[in-house]
Order: sequence, then structure tokens, then C-alpha cells
Amino acid sequence: MNEARDEILARTRAAIRESTPPDPVARAYRTRGLLDDPGRVALLGERLLDYRARVENTTAAALRDLLDEIARGGRIGVPRGLPETWRPASSVEDDGLSTYELDALDGVVTGCTVAIAETGTLVLAGGEMEGRRALTLVPDVHICVVRTDQIVETVPEAFAALLGFEHRPLTLVSGPSATSDIELERVEGVHGPRTLIVVILKEAG
Amino acid sequence: MTSFPEAARIALGDSQLRHNLRNATTTIRNKRARVVAEVPDWEELREAGRTIKAEVMRRLDECLLQFEESVQAAGGQVHWARDAAEANAIVLDVARAHDASEVVKVKSLTTDEIGLNEALAAGGVHAIETDFAELILQLDGDWPSHILVPAIHRNRSEIRDLFMRTIGDGRELSDDPRELADTARLYLREKFLDAKVGVSGANFGVAETGTVVVVESEGNGRMCTTLPPVLVTVLGIEKLVPTFADLEVFLQLLPRSSTGERMNPYTSLWTGVTVGDGPQEFHVVLLDNGRTRVLSDEVGRQALHCIRCSACLNVCPVYTRTGGHAYGSVYPGPIGAILTPQLRGVAKAKSLPYASSLCGACYEVCPVKIDIPSVLLHLRAQTEKDVAERIAMRSLARIFGNARLYEWAQRLARAGERPARRVPGPLATWTQTRELKPFAKETFREWWSRERGA
Repeated sequence: MNEARDEILARTRAAIRESTPPDPVARAYRTRGLLDDPGRVALLGERLLDYRARVENTTAAALRDLLDEIARGGRIGVPRGLPETWRPASSVEDDGLSTYELDALDGVVTGCTVAIAETGTLVLAGGEMEGRRALTLVPDVHICVVRTDQIVETVPEAFAALLGFEHRPLTLVSGPSATSDIELERVEGVHGPRTLIVVILKEAG
Repeated sequence: MTSFPEAARIALGDSQLRHNLRNATTTIRNKRARVVAEVPDWEELREAGRTIKAEVMRRLDECLLQFEESVQAAGGQVHWARDAAEANAIVLDVARAHDASEVVKVKSLTTDEIGLNEALAAGGVHAIETDFAELILQLDGDWPSHILVPAIHRNRSEIRDLFMRTIGDGRELSDDPRELADTARLYLREKFLDAKVGVSGANFGVAETGTVVVVESEGNGRMCTTLPPVLVTVLGIEKLVPTFADLEVFLQLLPRSSTGERMNPYTSLWTGVTVGDGPQEFHVVLLDNGRTRVLSDEVGRQALHCIRCSACLNVCPVYTRTGGHAYGSVYPGPIGAILTPQLRGVAKAKSLPYASSLCGACYEVCPVKIDIPSVLLHLRAQTEKDVAERIAMRSLARIFGNARLYEWAQRLARAGERPARRVPGPLATWTQTRELKPFAKETFREWWSRERGA
């Protein structure tokens, strides 16, 4: 279809040839937040609750017990690079599970790359502790562990943190999946995980 | 196409539709206002959005070539389509190459614009709409009426009846939205898990990296762009942004303007093909279909800046009463009134530039500051004027320009006034819904010369 390509490019060039140069791009918006560390953590929790995610605060020492309590013995998928202490007792490692095998899991535990407090957003970047996209999509419960040092306040700060990850598959998750298509009544959970549990891990590292 | 006034008259007679629309647009409008008010730098973000889009349009040829190169470098395949037929043929070819008799599809205005589903069906491929509202419409052979909530004109009991007739698998269903959503989940899950080919539109394409962005709520977008081994994305050429970092602007503007959320539940970004994660074959179709025509008009061009948030629909005094069907296009509301005539040619949709009161509410809420009222006026100037109107305006101009003629006309009007208060002839439509006000017994000029006149 080189003919189509050439023609579209020619039409585009003809269309803009005579144009006056546009105003320079204006970037006067905020690129940094103002909150301190505890303020950011609190805001993230608040915004996630607003989207009806469940939020737990814990420490590294108590993490394993909390995850076991949430998992209740269910089969929980985990990405290969997830640390031992982040795995509930009943975890199943994703060594290339089929979509039907993923569908049979009760849930999944992952980390994230960055979290945005202002919008209540988790960013998954396909890293060792996040796994491939299908892993956090097909199972019905997503448990995401967020370290406090991964939390930024604003969207531009998150994009700055994603420099170098542009070519990875990225998923921004803000609450469980939802629809408001029937008379605008919000229903949580259509195709993505119907339950999102965010575990905020107090100590860094 | 049916003219806007004719189509609007039918819509205005449907009281259920007007009730649903009023409810929906008021609710979304208020939600939007709340979350926009939270953002201290909203005006700065809008200005950034506007100037970035203007920059893309000015260098669109470069951006397209850079995008093509980036996608190819990341293992994706790029196709170019001058019109709907070419785009549809490309998607059909991909489906056929993989022996897919079904494809799963994410809601996309661009693919609605080119009639992709119909074209695929004609080629023996069934496109399953997976967005909840689109599924409802597809099952019922109906059309979207709102960009964001396409089935807003249907209520829950209608949807229950429809599901029981179609995908309910013989079960008894209640009209509880939770249960109806679960029915759709169950029906579509199997389709997602088995799909060979996924089809999507896109909200943004990044020239610098070749990244494609899909913004959504339900997770069907993630399903369609992640699970099938093959993915085809149809991208209007105007959807590009120059750099990856530019997304930080649009991902703030879009969700707050659209669903009135701080961020929509899911945003997927992918670049070409990633080994071991998602589709291993990725095609993107760059679509013109009238866009370069819009681009060639320096005033009208800003219609291409639109990020499809639908905020302008919800504030428009015309849209909130007539709904989307009256606009006769997949792009309804104020943005549709400037986009459709330009995409198709003004002569083919000449009533649309008049489907507005020019109140300017659309301009105020637009996240990328498209000056819709100015473009409407610009397009009106291009429509052919009615001969009677032209003669009337010219005579009026002459009368207003001459004091003696003006006074004479005022006396004549009073003398010629009839009790029926209806204007005859070509101007009759004006008085069909309005009472003609009686003329004053004495004009201001007569009063002045009587009281103060020399």
C-alpha cells in the first residue's frame, strides 16, 4: 500500500504548506507535587478507597501474614521475580500459564513500578515483580504491593519515573474495572479483576 | 443524510429519550465540574493540550513518518489507508490470514466511522463488540447516541429483556445492573480467552516511540489488546502526539473531562511487540478518510485536536435535548457539528453548522480549547445561503442605512400588521413556534419627535 502512504503524505504536506506557525508549546503546568511523604501515602490511600479498592497498610515483617490472610488458601498467581516474602503460601508461579489456567486462579499478587497519589493510580511496567499483562488481567482478584518510596504525587512525576520504560507494555490501573453503562449506575468489575487490593508497604526496600 | 432539524424533531418527541439524556448529561456534567475544580493548574494543562495538538498538525507529515519508523523498529507493521474501504480491507485481510471467523473488538469511534463491522461481516468475519454498551447496541441492531455512554437511551428493563433473548443462555435475569454486567462478563470471557484476533481504535499514538494508548474502564480494552495473539489497531492520523512525555498532559485532561474521574480504571500503553507479553503480531492502520481535507482549512483544522472526551455534548443546550442520533454521524454534539461537515464536505452536511445556539459552553469545557463557535461560524459562511434570505438581508441593510426609508418601513409594518401574527411565505417557519410580537403603537423615533422634537 505504498501508493496510499505516498498520497496521504502528499495530501498532508499540501494541507499544511501555507500554514502560519503555531504558538510555541506551553508547559506551565505543575511538574511536581507539594506533599511530604506521609501526605502522599495518605492521599494515595484515600483516592484508591474513593474508587472502591481495598487498601491495607503494613510493614515488611507483617506482609506475609497479611497476604496469607487475604489469600485464604486460594490459588494465587505470582510473577517469577516476586520475592519469597511477598508470596502467599498458596502461590502459583506464572511460568507461562495458558489463558484458561490464568482464568482458573483465585487471584494474583504483584508489585508495581510507580503509584500516583493524586489520581489513585498504580503503574505496571511489565517488570520482574509485575509479570506480563495477562497475569494481572484474567484472575478476578489483583493484590498489588506498593512500597512507599514508589509513590509520587502527580501524573508528570510518574512519567518522569517511567523514563526508560517507554517501550515496555504499561498498564495504568485506577481501581477495579467498572461500568456505568446502565442508567449511569456504577458497577465494579466487568472484565478486569473485580477486586483490587492495594497493600502499602511502610518501609522502603 | 437527513437534515438536523428533521432528525431533531423526531428525537424531541421521544420523552423517554429526553428524560434519560437530561439525567445522564446532568450527572456527568456535575462530576466533571467537581474533578476539574480540584486541579489547580487546569487552565495551564488546557493550554499545553491546545499547543501540543497545534504543533502536531503543523508537522503532521514528520510525526507520521516518525511514528511509522518507531512502530516498525519495535516489531509492528504499519499500513496506510486513504479511506474507509482501504482500512476495512486491511483489517479483513489480517483476520483472513489467521482464519479468524470472529474478532473481539474494543469500542472505537474511528472503526464506527469507517463501518468496519459491516465490512468485516460482508467478508464473513463477525466482529464482537466487547464494550458493555456497544454489546447492548450490537445485540439489538441499534446505534450509539452518546460518545461516552452509547446506550444511554436504553433503560435497565429493556437491557434485561434483550439479554434474556440473546446472551442469557436461557436463565431468568433481574434488571439489577450488577447481574446484567455479570451476564456480559460470562458471555464475553470465553470469547476473550479463545480470540485469535483483536481489533481496537486508539486514543493516542506517540510519534517519538511508536506507543499506542487505549483509555477505558471495563477491562475489555485490556482483554482485546493483550490476549489475542494478533492485534490490529485503527488509528486516525490526527491522534498522534509528538513525545511520550506529552501523555502526562492528555492523561490528566481526558479522564476528568470525559467520565469525570481523576483517572479512568485502565489505560493500556504498548509499543510494537513484546516477546512473552501480549500479541506477537501487531498491525496499525493509519487512517485518513477526510482528515487531510480538514487539515487543509486553517480555521477548521482545530477540529482534529479533539480527544473525544464528550464534555461538549454534556453542556450543549442542543445536544442535551436532541441526543446523538439527530446528528446523523458517529460524531454527535458540538464537536460533531464541526467535524462531520469537514470530514464529508460541507455540502453533504450543511444543516449541522446550524445545530447550535453559539452559546460557547462547548468552548469553555473543551480540554484542548477547540473554539467550536468560531469554527461553526466559519463553516456557516461556506454553506449556500437561501435566496429568499439573501434578498431579505440585502433589503434590510438598505432600509437600516437610510433614516427616511426606515421610518417609512416602520409605519408600513404597523399598517400591514395582521391579527394572525404569522408571517406568510418562506419565513413561515419562524412563526410556527413563536408568537410574532405586535408592533408598538408609536415608535421611539415618533415619540422623540413628539416630545423633544423641534
